Amino acid sequence: MKNAWIYSFLIFILISCSSEEAVELGVDNGYTPVQIELEIPQLFKDKLLAPNIPTSNPQTQEGIQLGKKLFFDPILSSDKTISCATCHDPQKAFTDNLQFSKGVNDGIGTRNSMPLFNLAWNFDDRFTWDGKQLSIERQAFEPVTNHVEMNNDWKEVANRLKNHTDYPELFKKAFGDTPIDSNLVVKALAQFERTLISGNSKFDKFLRGETTLTSEEQNGFDVFMDESRGDCFHCHGSNNNPLWTDNKFHNNGLDATFTDLGLGAVTGDANDNGKFKTPSLRNLAFTAPFMHDGRFATIEEVINHYSEGLKNSSTIDPLMKKVNQGGVQLTDLDKADLKAFLLTLTDSDFTNNPAFQLP
Amino acid sequence: MIKKLVYILMLAVTIWSCSSDSDETLQNKKITINFIHEWDGTLVTKDDFNDIKFKNENGDSLSIEKYRYVLSDIKLVDPSGFETPLKDYLFIDLGEEQNLSYSLEELILDRTYTLRFTFGFTDEKNQDGVYLDLNTASFNVSPGLGGGYHYMQFDGKFKTETTTTPTGFNYHVIRAVDNTDPNNLVFQDTSFTVNLADIWLKNTTETINVKVNIAEWFKNPNTWKLDELHQMLMPNFDAQVLMNGNGKSVFSL
Ligand code: HEC
Ligand code: HEC
Repeated sequence: MKNAWIYSFLIFILISCSSEEAVELGVDNGYTPVQIELEIPQLFKDKLLAPNIPTSNPQTQEGIQLGKKLFFDPILSSDKTISCATCHDPQKAFTDNLQFSKGVNDGIGTRNSMPLFNLAWNFDDRFTWDGKQLSIERQAFEPVTNHVEMNNDWKEVANRLKNHTDYPELFKKAFGDTPIDSNLVVKALAQFERTLISGNSKFDKFLRGETTLTSEEQNGFDVFMDESRGDCFHCHGSNNNPLWTDNKFHNNGLDATFTDLGLGAVTGDANDNGKFKTPSLRNLAFTAPFMHDGRFATIEEVINHYSEGLKNSSTIDPLMKKVNQGGVQLTDLDKADLKAFLLTLTDSDFTNNPAFQLP
Repeated sequence: MIKKLVYILMLAVTIWSCSSDSDETLQNKKITINFIHEWDGTLVTKDDFNDIKFKNENGDSLSIEKYRYVLSDIKLVDPSGFETPLKDYLFIDLGEEQNLSYSLEELILDRTYTLRFTFGFTDEKNQDGVYLDLNTASFNVSPGLGGGYHYMQFDGKFKTETTTTPTGFNYHVIRAVDNTDPNNLVFQDTSFTVNLADIWLKNTTETINVKVNIAEWFKNPNTWKLDELHQMLMPNFDAQVLMNGNGKSVFSL
């Protein structure tokens, strides 16, 4: 008998819990957002752990639609001239081609904009070049108030959205009656960002057995995988890690002394000085210039850096070889082939995906 | 299969007899295995990383920046030879403090056991691309060396009398492969079995502390000279055979 009371109490709690959940998902206005799964390429399913989607922000059709609209809308910036897409252009694999992006009032930052794709597979959840943002949601708070980016404040953003002709309805569909605020904006943006998946390059097709590599591309891949030549794979993925990044932080020998401490400024540990997040090598054809400060304009310059331009410092990664000679001195042929291979990671289906274009 | 049946029968008999003389009872035990890393008796944690403060047998000074490895086929073996599998494989990362301690519950007899595991993967288990967590951690071996996985990645910097500026080393352990003829790779399975004997498991919670002496990689039986062997060791068949020799004394109780 006593048990019966406990059980009914439990059931009561469960019911109230689930309705709370439902409010968040929008049941209150008689409308439930449609949860949808990420469209994961088969190769990713076969090779990688399942992507990271926080239970506090499930992917829904309405949330993604809203996030997409917000991503492309300059309404988020103080003078309504800059959207996320200004610096993260879908045609350029969601980065821009400037060394340092221009924000509101031509404000200029100190880091190269980053391409956005396959973000849900960053299992350490550390974002930006120095890893200071600890989730996609949290990252999205930052550009809106950054003075050299959107230079706005969140109260103003919320007011504009509340008084807009379309947004209140869209927020309601995605999140129910929760008042529009920064939390909902970043949730929607993050849902859209998680859908940005790039997995259909020539090399992906090669791995799926749908195409063959030229002998140059094949040799370039061998250089990439060979410990005595390029040895890129210890950090930049492989045929078995189609992310083409380890999402970890390293010092790849760009400088002897650091003007930007990178991860070190975030952790406060001098052993992390000069370490930056390994970028994915997908879509390099669209994402120049390269490195955290956009110092290299071309893939050739990057390869020359690894081959003979390495600079020693106490935190340089032990994987960097023959540092006193500037690197392993690849032959001209290996360099050209390495570039040819890197370009097989170009995914134009991603940059042209209609789901990712300006609404 | 037959062996297993016989064992279960024996077990049943034992349990039966146990109730009378209560010597060896079958009990659900929570077993915790700790991997305690050390340098010749001095504890090593991630806080000791990045500092050129260790000295190996040859007198080379070195630091640790990455130390991660795979143990597979982890099991308990009792005096009759019966095996209780504990874990298919474990990916241990000292720098990221991943799997330094592993716990599980197992229904086993109160007995003395040997903890047995393979360092790395035997050829049979060293299948290319099949372990998703290891792919995600980029622990793979390139197709040019036959694919599969690293057994260990141990990176750091060293200094010697001749190498006066700190220089990177990559003590990467894999299945030895001779790639002189890329179209005809010659392999040698350099994974090895570790047996840690005489572990009394008699309580409902038991802890097994496995010592991992990193210094052993450089001394026993082969005195390792980092000046000669520090990088590009993956395609170096002979270096892999030396590593296999030295690794066998790394683990102890
Ligand atoms: C003025 C240009 C600019 C604007 C506008 C901008 N970004 Fe960025 N974004 C950058 C730069 C530069 C970085 C690298 C920042 C760093 O490392 O400090 C970056 C980094 C990121 C990252 C990290 C990616 C990774 O792999 O770690 C994400 C995610 C991102 N931006 C999303 C957004 C969203 C969402 C918006 C709109 C709310 C936005 N950005 C607006 C320039 C911009
Ligand atoms: C020790 C790990 C490591 C190794 C090995 C490595 N890289 Fe990198 N790579 C990085 C890091 C970290 C960055 C970003 C550095 C920065 O911006 O400060 C980077 C940046 C790059 C970029 C720029 C991408 C962009 O979007 O800006 C390219 C291209 C690149 N690497 C190619 C290679 C090639 C080719 C090799 C082999 C010859 C290689 N890397 C080896 C860690 C590594």
